[in-house]
Amino acid sequence: MRASLRLVELAGPVGLVLLAALVGTTVSRSNEIYFINALLAVSIVVALYTFIGNSGVLSFGHISFVAVGAWTAGVLSVPQDEKPALMPYLFGFLRDTTVGNVESLALAALVGGVFALLVGLPLMRLSGLAAGIATFAVLEITNNVLRYWEKIGPGLTTFSSVPETTDLLQATVAALVVIGAAFAYQRSRYGRQLRAAREDPAAARAVGISIYRQRLGAFVLSGALAGLAGGLYVHFLPINADVVYLDLTFITLAMLVIGGITSLWGAVVGALAVSALDSVLANAENGIDLFGTTVDLRPGTRIVVVSALMALVLILRPGGLTGGRELSLPRLGRSRGVEG
Amino acid sequence: MSGPLASGLTEFVERATELQVQVDAISLGAIFALMAVGIGLVFGVLRLINFAYGQLIMAGGFALAFASEQGWSVWVGIALCGVVVLALSLVMERAVFRPLRGQSPAVMLIATFAVAFLLQSIALLWFGPLGKTAASLATLNQTVSVGGVEIRKIAIVAIVAAAVCLGLLLLLLERTAVGLHMRAAAMDFHTARLVGVRANRVSGAAVLASGVLAAVVAVLLTVQFPTVTPTFALRETIIVLAGVVVGGMTRLVSATLGGFAIGYVSGVLGAALPTEQSQYLPSFVFGLVILVLLLRPEGLFARGPRTVERV
Repeated sequence: MRASLRLVELAGPVGLVLLAALVGTTVSRSNEIYFINALLAVSIVVALYTFIGNSGVLSFGHISFVAVGAWTAGVLSVPQDEKPALMPYLFGFLRDTTVGNVESLALAALVGGVFALLVGLPLMRLSGLAAGIATFAVLEITNNVLRYWEKIGPGLTTFSSVPETTDLLQATVAALVVIGAAFAYQRSRYGRQLRAAREDPAAARAVGISIYRQRLGAFVLSGALAGLAGGLYVHFLPINADVVYLDLTFITLAMLVIGGITSLWGAVVGALAVSALDSVLANAENGIDLFGTTVDLRPGTRIVVVSALMALVLILRPGGLTGGRELSLPRLGRSRGVEG
Repeated sequence: MSGPLASGLTEFVERATELQVQVDAISLGAIFALMAVGIGLVFGVLRLINFAYGQLIMAGGFALAFASEQGWSVWVGIALCGVVVLALSLVMERAVFRPLRGQSPAVMLIATFAVAFLLQSIALLWFGPLGKTAASLATLNQTVSVGGVEIRKIAIVAIVAAAVCLGLLLLLLERTAVGLHMRAAAMDFHTARLVGVRANRVSGAAVLASGVLAAVVAVLLTVQFPTVTPTFALRETIIVLAGVVVGGMTRLVSATLGGFAIGYVSGVLGAALPTEQSQYLPSFVFGLVILVLLLRPEGLFARGPRTVERV
């Protein structure tokens, strides 16, 4: 009984992602972009969920891990001969090192995790509003440094000539890896301890749980997952420091809140639902053009609708679309029985 | 090694203590203090951090720019600004704050985050990314000579306006029935309701007072930055929010002091740091914010042992 319950909780998110990927293979090349985008959103939102959902502590800072992952993978993947033109002031070891696609993604996850560890060591002592503002400060500082420190990246310039390796397959595999990691974590002893601490900090302390240590663990894991998503992002679009800043923070938080903060199922549903809505609106708004500048210049109606929806969900259904619950047995019939 | 560092430090101190820099920094602190009070008033009564406060100011800025483009007089523009900001505040209170009353602070913060983006994207649809220009107020931005030092008129106006507003607010809170109700609600909303404080009226009053302050700030900011864009006052709001939490949210005075302090510090650092370092100004300011939060999570100016946080 317990094993089958566990399977359902994993099968729901996995099934939904596979379904999105399958539909993605049937559409035209230009529309495929929307599906890749949605799957990347799943990775980022599940990474967010791993910390926020399990700990109940708000973080506005996770997009800085996405940014750091993107910078790592981007700087290390630009072809050797194009580096001097794009990033003339780079540190020697970054200038002379160029790695392959998979290595760059692994390093993005590693650097994201290490950065989260460094940030989390002091910050995980905070909770509530102090934690919210402190993580916001991390986002501000990261964005500020990435913008101007040209020894570690292109500064204000857009990351061009990074090999565009993120396709539907990679985005799907990555989303599944992130979901798998998040599921394994929340089922583990550590994940359960952190969720217990979220529900009742005093009782958790009383049974010997170190809230600080458990939060730090979740923070590092979610930082690594966010870093991986960032690596995929830079291999997908020519991004700059402003892409991985406030707007992305808002939209990913919106996805998590709309889906339901406290469940993996909610994170996946929220990411895919908002992405679908966003894509339809974008299509209706300005044809199929999605790249670089157009996204920047014409967020128009899309953000109006998404933010209105987010406010509405919060007012009418504070638990989100899924009520913050995992997928449970009676609803199994709706997902395509996928092997966990 | 210590030579260039010492001379750099001396240069920094010299620059930072100039009268002009001080007046500018104090006026920035005064504007931020007004915003901090506006955010703190609503937080006191509703326990809600209004992230969308900057968008109220942005709307006021657009009203001023609109009046200026129509060729209306400055006073009509200011009146329009007040009407727009107050109307928007009341709509926000009725449509968002009131239904969310009693939710956790995190949920309310994210909700106002959504409202902020909603208003910003509406402005983007309406006015475009380049925004509008409010030219008619620009005369206040000229300088006057005080004892051989050039000081912008608006700096003085901002300091005076902040002092007057804070004085009036103090009178409101201390000398009127509605002020008494607001203070009671800030102390304990539930008990205040039990003894007959009307919840909707008191939250409406707090939002209204905070809207008046937003309108004043809109005028003061638009004089200094006449180009009003959809992201107008967004950066300022983020910095003030940090300042308010750093100062201490639990008391209005400490929140105000926090807002003033962060404005003053950014003003001085922005003027006195050499160019190549001043681009890292946000990092310095937010680094300080993190440091203070780690050392005193309850706030720099908070008093005594406070209650345990509820989130």
